[in-house]
Amino acid sequence: MALLDRRGRRKAANALFVTFCTGAALFAIAALATILFSLLIKGIGGLNLDIFTMSTPAPESRGGLANAIVGSVLLCGVAMIGAVSVGVLAGTWLAEFGGTSPYANTIRFLNDVLLSAPSILIGLFVYYIAVKPLGGFSGWAGALALALIATPVVTRTTEDVLKLQARQLRESGAALGAPMWVTIQRVLWRAAGGGIITGALLAFARISGETAPLLFTSLGNQFMSFDMTKPISNLPAIIFQFGLSAYDDWQRLAWVGAMLIAFAVLAINILVRVLSQEQKRS
Amino acid sequence: MNAATASPSVGKRDRPVGAAFDPVFRVLCFTAATLLLSALGGIVASLLIGGWPALQKFGLNFFLSSEWNPVTDIYGGAGPIVGTLITAVLSLLMALPVAFGCAVFLVEFCPPIMRRPIGIAIELLAGVPSIVYGMWGLFVFAPLFSTYVELPLITWAPPGSIWEKLFQGIPNGAGILSASVILSVMILPYIAATLRELFLTVPAKVRESAYGVGCTTMEVVWSVTLPYVRRSAIGAVMLGLGRALGETMAVTFIIGNSHAFPKGLFDGGSTIASTIANEFAEATSDMHSAALIALGFVLFVITFAVLAIARALLGAPKHG
Repeated sequence: MALLDRRGRRKAANALFVTFCTGAALFAIAALATILFSLLIKGIGGLNLDIFTMSTPAPESRGGLANAIVGSVLLCGVAMIGAVSVGVLAGTWLAEFGGTSPYANTIRFLNDVLLSAPSILIGLFVYYIAVKPLGGFSGWAGALALALIATPVVTRTTEDVLKLQARQLRESGAALGAPMWVTIQRVLWRAAGGGIITGALLAFARISGETAPLLFTSLGNQFMSFDMTKPISNLPAIIFQFGLSAYDDWQRLAWVGAMLIAFAVLAINILVRVLSQEQKRS
Repeated sequence: MNAATASPSVGKRDRPVGAAFDPVFRVLCFTAATLLLSALGGIVASLLIGGWPALQKFGLNFFLSSEWNPVTDIYGGAGPIVGTLITAVLSLLMALPVAFGCAVFLVEFCPPIMRRPIGIAIELLAGVPSIVYGMWGLFVFAPLFSTYVELPLITWAPPGSIWEKLFQGIPNGAGILSASVILSVMILPYIAATLRELFLTVPAKVRESAYGVGCTTMEVVWSVTLPYVRRSAIGAVMLGLGRALGETMAVTFIIGNSHAFPKGLFDGGSTIASTIANEFAEATSDMHSAALIALGFVLFVITFAVLAIARALLGAPKHG
């Protein structure tokens, strides 16, 4: 005797399926919540004014993360200037000039590969072209590595948003007698501005947490430094070094750093989504 | 009078002011695009040139031997290479069902109001930096994993069975399996987001007609949605695999960093990326750094192949 008829079995299987899928979604949310929660628990205790005013200390002495925060901002800032200028131009070429030529398609494909290439290999590459020949670790090398990670993101989003702009915009520019570069600059880039900024912010969020490519490019520096030709301290590398150390106070600093980075990155991510939502509405 | 002013401009109109800059602008854009191409070319070239001494000296043994010894300057990369493949595949096996569940939930069951917040929460998992996963994995996840998963499994495994072999290693929470678990959480959002987008491309008509003949949600997903996106879904999975292969910092924290061939799932191991991260800045000899770069080259070849297959299956991103 069958325990359930065919209809019952199908309904039971479906119920199981619904439970599984809901469980999976709950699991993902729980994972995020657990990570953020433990960051808060471990990090908030160490948060004080010293973190932002003092440089990284020797073990078991007073100190903060000021040099690392400044270094990170400096590296990411310089990297973003490079990434946006190259990325926007490259994206413009793909959208406006490249078309579907084999060369453009090759670049599109390789851009996608670069987008997901292991960041540590980009670090190795930069070590080869910027650290070894110039005889030392430097902030420039670190910024170059980060720029290489950010550029494909900017290129991709720029191309995508430019493709979304109406053909009439280009035609109206031409009808007014504007040369193409003026049309692109004054009309298309302006119309696509929101999307390009979104892409740049996402790229910024991505590189601000990157650690691997900085380990052997900008290295680290115990002191506050603004000299891009010398090693520069940065948050991710400090977290790596302090987190794996045996000193309690270094580990506490690493947790504070991890908390700062994680929440900053998540804040940018949420901001981007709110911004793009607004754009859709207007 | 009208004709007089118009006539000169009939045959040849003035070129717009500044049109001379057009070709310059075009070349500028072209150069930027080509810069991307040369960056990738540069990566391949520098890895190959930098790693060549090691590949040349150790030959096939570089891939077969797991002896990694900076003192005697003999390097075999089998340990990290196998570690990379095992952790990536294991993490994929764990992430795939959960990511599939998340995608189905968001498309089929989720109340419309909750769809956006839950979707964003899952995407945010991808935003958490790798190093934060590493800290969390080593200090929060590993102790729990050791007490509640590894120890019970080791005591449970019947002596002499395959389980005993599988669960070999020091149950301290750091090792191949823990690294795979952390990796699976990291690649989960990428797969889930891609699958979700794919599911949304299935025409509503097709799905509704399946519901119309009385299918349950499960039957619609299995027999209509999945077959419709089959090809691209495999691409999404490969994309996740590509991510898992190259992840560095999280793995470096939690894999235990041993170059030997891992004996069991709880044993410490290493991946290509974690080995480079740990040793490159302090490489002891030229051959040591050459061996590390050669490992990097192997990693690049593997990821490039995986990503190329993923792209081919997903089809070119929509353009025009």
